[in-house]
Amino acid sequence: MALDRWIALIFVTFCCVYGYAAFFTMDQLLPPFMQRNPVWPSTFPKVLAVAGLIVGLIVLFGVEKPDDAEGEPDATDINYRNLSEYKTGQALMLLGLMVLYALMLRPAGFLISTTVFLVAGSAILGERKFHIMIPVAMLATGFVWYLVQEVLGIFLRPFPFFMGM
Amino acid sequence: MLEGIFIGLEAAFSVKNILMVVAGCLIGTFIGMLPGLGPMSIIAIMIPVAITLGDPAAALILLAGVYYGAIFGGSTSSILLNAPGVAGTVATSFDGYPMARKGQAGKALTIAAVASFAGGTIGAILLMIFAPALSSVALLFHSAEYFALMVVGLSAIAAFAGTGQVAKALMMTILGLILATVGEGALFNMPRFTMGMLDLQSGISFITLAMAMFALPEAMFLVLNPARGASNAEGGSSKITNLRFSREEGKAMMPVIGRQSIQGFFIGVLPGAGATIASFLGYAVERNLAKGEEQAEFGKGSVKGLAAPETANNAACTGSFVPLLTLGIPGSGTTAILLGALIALNVTPGPRLMTDTPEIFWAVIISMFIGNLVLLVLNLPLIPYIAKILSIPRNYLIPFILFFTLMGAYIGQNNATELLMLVGLGVMATIFRFADYPLAPLLIGFILGTMLEDNFARSMQLYRGLDFIMQRPMTLGLLILAAFLVLLPSYRSRRARKRAEGVADGD
Repeated sequence: MALDRWIALIFVTFCCVYGYAAFFTMDQLLPPFMQRNPVWPSTFPKVLAVAGLIVGLIVLFGVEKPDDAEGEPDATDINYRNLSEYKTGQALMLLGLMVLYALMLRPAGFLISTTVFLVAGSAILGERKFHIMIPVAMLATGFVWYLVQEVLGIFLRPFPFFMGM
Repeated sequence: MLEGIFIGLEAAFSVKNILMVVAGCLIGTFIGMLPGLGPMSIIAIMIPVAITLGDPAAALILLAGVYYGAIFGGSTSSILLNAPGVAGTVATSFDGYPMARKGQAGKALTIAAVASFAGGTIGAILLMIFAPALSSVALLFHSAEYFALMVVGLSAIAAFAGTGQVAKALMMTILGLILATVGEGALFNMPRFTMGMLDLQSGISFITLAMAMFALPEAMFLVLNPARGASNAEGGSSKITNLRFSREEGKAMMPVIGRQSIQGFFIGVLPGAGATIASFLGYAVERNLAKGEEQAEFGKGSVKGLAAPETANNAACTGSFVPLLTLGIPGSGTTAILLGALIALNVTPGPRLMTDTPEIFWAVIISMFIGNLVLLVLNLPLIPYIAKILSIPRNYLIPFILFFTLMGAYIGQNNATELLMLVGLGVMATIFRFADYPLAPLLIGFILGTMLEDNFARSMQLYRGLDFIMQRPMTLGLLILAAFLVLLPSYRSRRARKRAEGVADGD
C-alpha cells in the first residue's frame, strides 16, 4: 500500500476516535440549560467526524483516480521510497536537536541554548570550521536577543535559571 | 471612494508607513531569494514583529511589502540560479534561466522587474475599482451566507488542487477544521478535545501550525536532499552586463503584460488559485497565443515567456487581497496567515472594514503602489549584490532557518511546549509532503474553522435548526455551488477517461 493510503487509513482511524469522543463523551458534560440549544458544542465535531470518515475512505479506496498525464517529478523533490539515499540521519539528528532546544530553552536560558543549537546544527550538517561558526552563532544570538527583548519588549530569559534572571 | 483614497494616501504617506513598505520589501526580497522560505513562511516569521507594532495599518502594510518582496526575491533566484525560492516563480525560471545562461542576465532581470511592476500596479488599479463593488455585495451577507460562503471557499480550494488531488485536499481541509475545534472556543465556554492538557486549553496556535506546515518541512527537504538548494554553485558568476532590452522586445511584451495583468488578477481573486496557478496559466496561455518562431522560442529564453509569468504572479498577489479585505476570506495560504495576523490585531476583515476603518483599507491599497515602485528601484541596481546572499553555505543557512522557525513559534506564546508541538506537527507535515498531500488546505481549514463554526452555530440558533438553508436562497445557492465545485473535477476526469477509452476501442 502506498504511503498516501496509509495516511488515509490513519486519518480514518483518527476520525473514528474523534467521532467517538464527539458522539459519546461530550454531551454528558453539557449543563441542562444548554441542552435546549439547537446547536451543541459537539454538533460541529460530529459533522466533521462523519465528513472526515467519508473523504478518508474515498482516498483509502482510491475512488478518485489520479491523473495519468502527471508531469515528471521535480529532480529536487524527495521520493520517500528511496529514503536511505538521502541524508536521513542528519534530518533526524536535527529534529532531536530541536526537541533538546525546546527542553533546554527555559532552564539554560536563551543565550546559551541558542548558541549551542546553532553551532551543533551546523556541526551535524558537517561544518568543521568552528573558529568561524562559534563567533557567528554568538553574534547572531546576541543580536536576536537584543531585538526581541530590548526592541520588541518580549521577555526572553537570557541566562540559566540559577543566575536569578 | 475618493475620500477614502485621500485618507489612505494620508496614512500610507506617513514617514512610518513608508519605512514599513521599504523595510517589508527589503526583508521579503532578501529572504524570498533563499530557497525554502516562501512568502508564507516569511510572513509567518514577521507576524510577531508586525503584531508588536500595534498599529494594524502599519502591520498590514509591512506584511504586504514582505509578500511582494518575497515573490520578487523568488524570481531573482529563479533567473540567476534556476533555483526558484517560491512556487509562484517556478514558471519564471523556464525562460529566465536560459536567458541568463545566454549572458543576458541583466536583461532578464530588467524584464522581470518591469513585468512585476506593471502586473502589481495594474492589479492595484483593478483592486481599487472592484473591491468596493464586491464589498457592497458582501454587505448583503448574513451569518448563514457567511457560513455557506466559507464552505464554497474551502471547496474551491480543494477543487483547484488539480486532477486526482481533490479528495486529498478535502481530507487536509477537514483535518484543519478538526484541529481548529481543539481548545476552548468563545462560543460554548467549555474546553473540547484538550485531553486534559492545560497547554491545549487555548487551542493550537496558528503561527505554530503555519511554521510546522511550511517552513519546517521545506527545511527538512533541504537537509534530506542537498541538491535542492545547491544549484547556486554554477551560475553564480553570470555576467550582468547589459540591463536594457530592445524596442522590438518592449513592443512584443506590451500585449503580454496587458493580458496577464488582468488574467492574473482575476485568478488571484478566486479562492485557492493564487500566484502559482496564475503564473503557470499565464505562461501556458501566452505560449498558445504565440505563433511559429515565437512559440519555438519559449523555453529557450523568450522575452514573452519571461514577462508572462512575472506579470501574472504579481497581479495575482494583488488579486488575492480582494476576498481577504472585502469578505474576510483568505484565497491562499499566504492571505490566510495575513488574516490571522489581522485578527490578532483586533481588526476583522470583511465588508465592514471599508466603512468602519477606511484608513486601513485604503492605506493598504495605496501602499501597494508604493511597494511596487520601491521594488522596481530596489531590483535594478542592487541585484548583483543581493544575489550574493545565496552563496551562504547551507551548513550555516539551515540551522538559522530552523532557529527562526522555532523563534517564530516561541515569541508568540512564550511557551516551550509550543516548540515540542511545532516539531511534532512539522514531522507530520513532512510525511504529508512525502505522500503528496497539499498542506495549504489544512492551514486554510484551520484558520476558517472557528469562523465557520461560529457562523454555523449563529444561523442554527437564529432559525432553530437547519431551516436557514431552505429559507435563505442565497445560502442554498452557495451550498449547491460548493457541492458542484467539489464534484465537477472528478466528473470531468471520469468523462475524459471514458472518452479516451472510447477512442482506444475505436482503433
